[in-house]
Amino acid sequence: MSPVSGGPAGRTRLATAGARAATVGALAGNGRRDRFAGAAFLALLLLALTVALTGLASLLIWAAIEGAPRLNIGLFTEGPSSLSPETAGYRTAILGTVYVIGGVIALIVPLGVGAAVYLEQFADRSRWWNRFIELNIQNLAGVPSIVFGILGLAFIVRGPFSLGFVAAAASMTLALLVLPTVILASREAIRAVPPSISEGSMALGATRWQTVRRQVLPAALPGILTGVILAVARAIGEAAPLLMVGAVTFVTVDPSFFEGGYSTLPVQIYNYATRPQEVFQVLAAAGVIVMLVVLLAMNSFAIWLRNRYEREW
Amino acid sequence: MEDGGGRGLAQRIEVAEPGADVSWTGEKVFELRDVGVTYSGTQAVKGVSADFFSKEITALIGPSGCGKSTLLRCLNRMNDLIPGAEVEGELRYHGEDLYGPKVDPVQVRKLIGMVFQKPNPFPKSIFDNVAFGPRVLGLDNVEDRVRTALEGAALWGEVSRRLDDNAYGMSGGQQQRLCIARALAVNPDVILMDEPCSALDPISTGKIEDLMLDLKEDYSIVIVTHNMQQAARVSDRTAFLIVELDADEENRWGRMVEYDVTEKIFTNPSDQRTEDYVTGKVG
Amino acid sequence: MSISEDAAGGGAGSIARPRLEASSPRYGEKLIRALLGLCALVSVATTLAIVISLLVPTIGFFGEVPFVDFLFGTDWAPTFADATFGVLPIVIGTLTVTFWALVVAIPVGLLSAIYLAEYAPSRVRRTIKPVLEVLEGVPTVAIGLFALYFLRPLFEDVLPFLPWSGPFSVGVAGFAVGLMIVPLVASVADDAMRAVPSGLRQGAYALGAGKMTVSLRVVLPAAISGVVAAFVLATSRAIGETMVVLLAAGATPQMTFPWQVTESVQTMTAFIGTTATGDIATGTITYDTIFAVGALLFVMTLIMNMFAIRLVRRFREVYE
Repeated sequence: MSPVSGGPAGRTRLATAGARAATVGALAGNGRRDRFAGAAFLALLLLALTVALTGLASLLIWAAIEGAPRLNIGLFTEGPSSLSPETAGYRTAILGTVYVIGGVIALIVPLGVGAAVYLEQFADRSRWWNRFIELNIQNLAGVPSIVFGILGLAFIVRGPFSLGFVAAAASMTLALLVLPTVILASREAIRAVPPSISEGSMALGATRWQTVRRQVLPAALPGILTGVILAVARAIGEAAPLLMVGAVTFVTVDPSFFEGGYSTLPVQIYNYATRPQEVFQVLAAAGVIVMLVVLLAMNSFAIWLRNRYEREW
Repeated sequence: MEDGGGRGLAQRIEVAEPGADVSWTGEKVFELRDVGVTYSGTQAVKGVSADFFSKEITALIGPSGCGKSTLLRCLNRMNDLIPGAEVEGELRYHGEDLYGPKVDPVQVRKLIGMVFQKPNPFPKSIFDNVAFGPRVLGLDNVEDRVRTALEGAALWGEVSRRLDDNAYGMSGGQQQRLCIARALAVNPDVILMDEPCSALDPISTGKIEDLMLDLKEDYSIVIVTHNMQQAARVSDRTAFLIVELDADEENRWGRMVEYDVTEKIFTNPSDQRTEDYVTGKVG
Repeated sequence: MSISEDAAGGGAGSIARPRLEASSPRYGEKLIRALLGLCALVSVATTLAIVISLLVPTIGFFGEVPFVDFLFGTDWAPTFADATFGVLPIVIGTLTVTFWALVVAIPVGLLSAIYLAEYAPSRVRRTIKPVLEVLEGVPTVAIGLFALYFLRPLFEDVLPFLPWSGPFSVGVAGFAVGLMIVPLVASVADDAMRAVPSGLRQGAYALGAGKMTVSLRVVLPAAISGVVAAFVLATSRAIGETMVVLLAAGATPQMTFPWQVTESVQTMTAFIGTTATGDIATGTITYDTIFAVGALLFVMTLIMNMFAIRLVRRFREVYE
């Protein structure tokens, strides 16, 4: 039996075999033994679920405990310092994150929503190149983030764009990384708007773009917003690609877009984490707390947004 | 008007009073010659030839699957929105070829409006629903147009105090009249209606039928309906379509069988198939 | 009803000759359509850019280093003066981390999914699914930190008989990566199982089968392509993970066996991440090595992702 390559027939065969086994088992049932097995199985399932939840929850708890001593205002106002780690902070890193993420948002909203609108409303599905574009987007969603770092290094820092190791390069690199997320979410949101709305609009003599701009996009807005928030949350937490586009880990001056060094929060945390002194461990954990609080807030907001505006058409 | 009892009609169908102007020489709004539609190579309807007249209500009736809605959608180029749809034959609107090379479908739809089977108001306020058309078309005096349209759809009295309410809070019948008002607001020449009452209760249906008879004075109306009595009640002329099978019974498409003054279709049809349908012998 | 000032050029009066041509050439509409198409092309451009940026230096690399030496050599020291380019150690490093990650993620993820899909009351499910989704968003640097400073000491306490030395351990790193991808496995497998039509379940229940039997012998086989897709996606993710291994697995490329969990290894991603931040001049063989390894990584994950996409597509079509 080849479950994977069997196709629909193979799956049906499997399911039928399973059903047959279930019937035989039920009729030949050894009542008490089966009940015991069933209970043991449920226990196993619950154990797995507990591991899944507590495993990651313990991370949150550990970070909170470890980093709590350093949670003071200095965390935000002080820049990094090797000499006096007790007072070092994340100021330049946080500012860097703000700049970089600002650039990311400026890029992914028009590009992502634009691509989604094109694919859902303007593209002819039967044309091969449109299917090719869709396949591309699905592939990009699975490419490791460090490969985007390579892309950024070769094309944006050097190569055609030659921006150098600057914040704008980081914005572009991260934007390309999370763009598939925005496109996927926006497409779902646009698709969820009933076609009867578009039909009604076009029947009045509106053009396709007028229909999209005035009916479809406003109706799809909550879903699109959710996608953007989730993408931004992902971008905030990324460090690997930024290591390659010059997120220098020791920046003492405030960043700017197109010149000078910059750093971001996760990269700075990484830098502190690699140092042996325990002071830096605590500092790193404190940074993790800050980052987790922000991300938790964003993700929860996005999920709340999605649930609240999930319209019953 | 004679009772068609001698012909074995199952029930007496009330027909609109034949007016003196039901002639065949009036102004034509649509002229169809051998019109057909295929969807990605599959024929949906074929060989329809008829003249629809201005300021009249023309009904398209027939069993389900006979292509009435498909035919209706040809008249305002809504089939263009379906990939793979192709229209054959000649279709003229006030003498102009509707599918000519320079014709802009968007322009066509400004002149020929449509009301759909399931009411589809926009997720906006009542006012914004009706105002959408004029705004998008760049017309002025939007407020006056909205009011006029709502009056024309016999809805003004019910909603004048709550124009900012969301349209989704209305009942089905009201929503459909809202859709009619929405279509009226852009001042079309023709209004197409695709089974406008099939999702509504009898009282709302009655209101909309009365509305249609009022609207006929200013607009030409073509309506698709599977409710024969409705066609008999409101329309001036009726076209009857059937489903036709090809020789091997593999493909099927719609074809028009008879097109005539409504009274004649329902009391004295020329074709046996028409009579079978209107007397309820076949579904 | 005033008709004459209509933009439509006609109205509810008699129309002598209706204007059916477009009232304006509508360049704006065409321009917008083109702009939107360009946005969609960005994705194609991105893929193209990735391929080119990997390919060019890789070709240069293989000009200097024989292909066989690269793929099958066991000595990896490209940054040293006396450089060797056998990539196997870091590939083994990647695969070992991935192995342990899957050992953790597949059972925990799949069993959690079975619970959520078949056993959980809807209130429980509605609470847990969003929680899992939020956990999926924990940044990898945090997980790396957690692995280095919490898990590593914990593992040494729990398993003192293993030959621990130094802060790095491929086993700990693999475990952490596994924990990280559990939400991914759970949600994809859960979706796959929920897509199985309830008719199949009801039939089995009606015959008297217990929940465990139905879950394992009816639902799971029916959802198999989605479940396998979950595993493939998880593998791809584990292969591509960088921060956790940078922090917890180390930078020592060596050939280790999977059971040598306390050893420090270097993965492909860690190599790229470490080397590229140093001061490497463009055009040198060392610089090109980054891209060669990157290309290998890209090809590996590409194959897995294409496989997963086809599987997901298949399970979606069967039940729709």
